[in-house]
Amino acid sequence: MEDMKEVILEYVIEEYCDEENDDVTFDTPLISGGIVDSFSMVSLKRFLENKYKISIPDADASPEAFDTVKKIEVLVKRFQ
Amino acid sequence: MAYSDKIKEIYQNQLSGIHEAGLFKQERFIHSTQDAEIEVEFPAGSSPKKVINVCANNYLGLSSHPEVIKAAHEGLDTRGYGMSSVRFICGTQDIHRELETKVTEFLGTEDTILFPSCMDANAGVFEAILTSEDIMISDRLVHASIIDGMRLCAAQHDTFKHSDMAHLEKKLQLHANKRLKVVINDGVYSMDGDTAKLDEMAALCEKYDALLFVDESHSSGFIGKTGRGTHEKCGVMGKIDIITTTFGKALGGASGGCVSGRKEIVEMCRQKARPYLFSNTIAPVVVSGVLRVLDILSQSTEYRDKLEKNTKFWRKGLSEAGFVLKDGDTPIVPVMLFNAKLAQDFSKDLFDLGIYAIGFFFPVVPQGAARIRTQISAGHEMHHLEKALDAFIQVGKKYDILGKTKQEIIEMYGN
Ligand SMILES: Cc1ncc(COP(=O)(O)O)c(C=O)c1O
Repeated sequence: MEDMKEVILEYVIEEYCDEENDDVTFDTPLISGGIVDSFSMVSLKRFLENKYKISIPDADASPEAFDTVKKIEVLVKRFQ
Repeated sequence: MAYSDKIKEIYQNQLSGIHEAGLFKQERFIHSTQDAEIEVEFPAGSSPKKVINVCANNYLGLSSHPEVIKAAHEGLDTRGYGMSSVRFICGTQDIHRELETKVTEFLGTEDTILFPSCMDANAGVFEAILTSEDIMISDRLVHASIIDGMRLCAAQHDTFKHSDMAHLEKKLQLHANKRLKVVINDGVYSMDGDTAKLDEMAALCEKYDALLFVDESHSSGFIGKTGRGTHEKCGVMGKIDIITTTFGKALGGASGGCVSGRKEIVEMCRQKARPYLFSNTIAPVVVSGVLRVLDILSQSTEYRDKLEKNTKFWRKGLSEAGFVLKDGDTPIVPVMLFNAKLAQDFSKDLFDLGIYAIGFFFPVVPQGAARIRTQISAGHEMHHLEKALDAFIQVGKKYDILGKTKQEIIEMYGN
């Protein structure tokens, strides 16, 4: 079984980071830290929904709930 | 009256929050026309000080050009002051349509529709032409007005890393099954001064059957050999499906914008774009001024050529002095300082030396990427640029950052 946090972190680095900011960890603030802007968050949400076969209502996909990889894992598990 | 103490307090708290975060924006009053030299009252209440302006979007120096002013006067005399109507009731004059035709010719497109501003053009265009079956794929650094326009539109959206063509291609593949795909970007990025790879984008759009949208606000009038814009520079004139641009920067600098491109798309905007339908269009006096600007630019490339020369001098001067610049060849030249306070202090010291340039920092630019954004104009004469360069060097010495690398500056001042 893949570790969900690892999968999410890998996607975040691939999708949002470049050489300048690829030192992201499970606890790095993504949105409040300016790594992921709230408008670009949508591709992460789409990835999670496809990968884990879930649907995250827009109301729950808040910038706060997406702010760290750890929080994202909690969110995904809530909808599994 | 429902403006209770409780309501008042909510706003007061929010405003102090903005203050405390160091994000409170304050206007500076200019007592002169917009020009290479302006008279600025700063701080408020002090007597106006004459300074060289290196932060206006007045790229071609036409904002106070005598011929443009004359044309505006004539427009005022012959077409009056206001229309008191939206376009499709009784707010369209012959000169509005004339301007649309002239812009179409200038940009090399099929048709054009005017909007009250480019902000309005960007806010209205996507909703007018896309549905929930479609996808908008935008560069991560597009202008705020485009983001607002995408938010107002029912189509799905996705983003790609700034100017990263491999990432864009991946997204085009990911969304291959959508009804319409639109790739969305700025021609020249206003914070970094870099240019979109429109030739590569046009090729990708052709390969994946996608529409190509570009906001040319910081390009129209001066980018490309005859100033038509980024599409001219990249050799893809006629291949851009949707161009939006503003008359509020190089093209006279007053106000107004447009959507220019494929005939059917422009017609859809005329039928459905809400800022076009529900807001008065550009005032006759401004339309007359912009018409004159386009005449001037169609007759000669004198202004954009001078701008190119000025830009080369400025970039070379700053770079030889040892500043860290963002790469590029546009008249937007960011002097990188990385630290927000340093950017603010630097700007203040420049002002004391008679140079007006503003510091930008998070959230306007990414964290740790604070800068002074300089913008060069054809209105600048060599003596303006020499004086400005001297001032930059003097302040650069004061903070001991000349010849220092990014890493060294960050070590000294933090980021
Ligand atoms: C890229 C871009 N698009 C649109 C606009 C808005 O232009 P306007 O002033 O015509 O609304 C601006 C102005 O800041 C801009 O920089």
